[in-house]
Amino acid sequence: MEILLALMVGILYGTGIYMMLRRSMVKLIIGIILLGNGANLLIFLLGRITKGAPPIIQGDAKVFVEAFADPVPQALILTAIVISFGLQSFAIVLVKRAHTVVRTDDLDEMNATDEDS
Amino acid sequence: MNEQLILYPLFLQMAISIILMFGWARIRFQKVFSVFGSVVSLALAIWLFTYIWNNGTQTIQAGNWEAPFGITFVADMLSVTLVLLTAISGLAVSIFSGASVLRDRLRFGYFPIFHFLLLGLNGAFLTGDIFNLYVWFEIIIISSFVLITIGGEKAQLEGAVKYFTLNILASMIFLTAIAVLYGITGSLNMADLAGQIAEVENRGLVQITALLFLIGFGIKAGVFPLYFWLPASYHTPPFAVSAIFGGLLTKVGVYALIRVFTLIFVDDPFLNNIIMIIAILTLVSGGIGALVQNNMRKVFSYLIICHIGYMIAGLGMFTEIAIAGAIFYLIHDIIVKTNLFMLSGVVYRIKGTNSMRDLGGIYAKWPKISLLLFIPLFSLVGIPPLSGFWPKINLIKAGFTNGSYITVGAIIFASFITLVIIAKMWAEVFWKEDKELPLRSNFGYFSKMTNAKRMQFIVPVAFLSIVSLYIGFGAEHIQELSARIADELVNSQGYIDAVLKSKN
Repeated sequence: MEILLALMVGILYGTGIYMMLRRSMVKLIIGIILLGNGANLLIFLLGRITKGAPPIIQGDAKVFVEAFADPVPQALILTAIVISFGLQSFAIVLVKRAHTVVRTDDLDEMNATDEDS
Repeated sequence: MNEQLILYPLFLQMAISIILMFGWARIRFQKVFSVFGSVVSLALAIWLFTYIWNNGTQTIQAGNWEAPFGITFVADMLSVTLVLLTAISGLAVSIFSGASVLRDRLRFGYFPIFHFLLLGLNGAFLTGDIFNLYVWFEIIIISSFVLITIGGEKAQLEGAVKYFTLNILASMIFLTAIAVLYGITGSLNMADLAGQIAEVENRGLVQITALLFLIGFGIKAGVFPLYFWLPASYHTPPFAVSAIFGGLLTKVGVYALIRVFTLIFVDDPFLNNIIMIIAILTLVSGGIGALVQNNMRKVFSYLIICHIGYMIAGLGMFTEIAIAGAIFYLIHDIIVKTNLFMLSGVVYRIKGTNSMRDLGGIYAKWPKISLLLFIPLFSLVGIPPLSGFWPKINLIKAGFTNGSYITVGAIIFASFITLVIIAKMWAEVFWKEDKELPLRSNFGYFSKMTNAKRMQFIVPVAFLSIVSLYIGFGAEHIQELSARIADELVNSQGYIDAVLKSKN
């Protein structure tokens, strides 16, 4: 399971960065989404996966004696997913708006800010 | 002591922002209330600053979860100094926005978002938890996205796409770094991490994590190979927005670098060397980039990059005097950079352009204003009594004691280039003979404004000029403050104890 997830993270990062390096703005957004999911999966993976052992302590015990699933990374991912969801929605609206104003999907043609004025 | 006091700057900014949202369509109310709120937050920041100065580092554990488990907020000298500087710049920009941002843009919720940005900045400075820092960073960038696109002109949207992409990439790298850090230590509290990291056997993995942090924060701070988004986007939004961006946003990256590399990843010659090399290249490339620009705001954008190099160099040398120099420079730079972008706003109002080729003759026509604008321009260079001079002395002294002569060379080179650029700007914009520019219709020229409106342009610039004069002439106070901050940063045990001892 760990190996599968590790491969998955690698693929998501790789394809995400590849897509961000394309010239199309739509591909840029797809890249951002893939990269965000890759980062979330990486947190999940590095929290050490423990199967079928929720972190619930016995009533008469004070500390855990057995291995338990760490809840912190899952809480972190939850936060990160919400944040990246917000940013991605903003990205989509921004790109839509930029496309209507600049009338191109090609990032290389967006160079009005580099012109001398 | 009521521990919640250190959260008040956050609550206050949030309350201001929410109240402003209730007056969504009432622009006049928003203008007045934003200034009022900024005055209150400045008073609060001064009060918090004196409290921490007298009583030392204070912490609060959210929800009473003990130190390594809950979210910690820490107010040490560095944090409260930056909160104070945020409040000062916030007040100036809040006054300036009222007059300089067009009414159409204010209608899209400029002021609420502006205070949300200040909320994010205060949060980032006060948090003691690395994941919480990520969350504050996201609050900062989402507010800055709105501010940079507000108005939606062609150049703005193009700048925003670049700004957006690089900042989101920085966030993802930062998140990756947090994931790896959590994987190797199992902790997120910065004070706890400091102890945990020192015990990790696999130093290579630690260095890689540190490099990920360096890249993530480096993009936000705009250091050498990662700064290209900055001059592409900082000259597109309204002047008030680029003032707060230029003054504070890149400095959050610097703050995060200083925090992480003095607390968590300390005393690693490999990392210090990399930081030094980055600093030298930043100083040189930013300075050279500024030389060839013609638009005033673009020149200032490149100068931001150049001057980030001073602070990074101070961090890289990692002696107490070098870090004191970096902190002093940070204090000076926040005030002066905010002021410079407002200055370019004033010039724009007077002549209707920011191109140095077309400008000229301001000194002949507006001598008093020119004299006022002289202060921020030459504070940036650091002509001796003015504020930029003293931190450079510290940095150069630190460079000589360390024997890193290349750094000293780069610092002197960058200062010299800054002097050339500012002198050129003074000659081109203020001294050169006036050109008759075609008058633009539908443009609010400075000469046509009412006195009250003019004051809204002049007062914030004068206010920040007075602050930077104080930094220059009262240098011994700032020196004392930055020496104390540097002492706290280098001997981080005090910070760690303050966070972890509250267990008892």
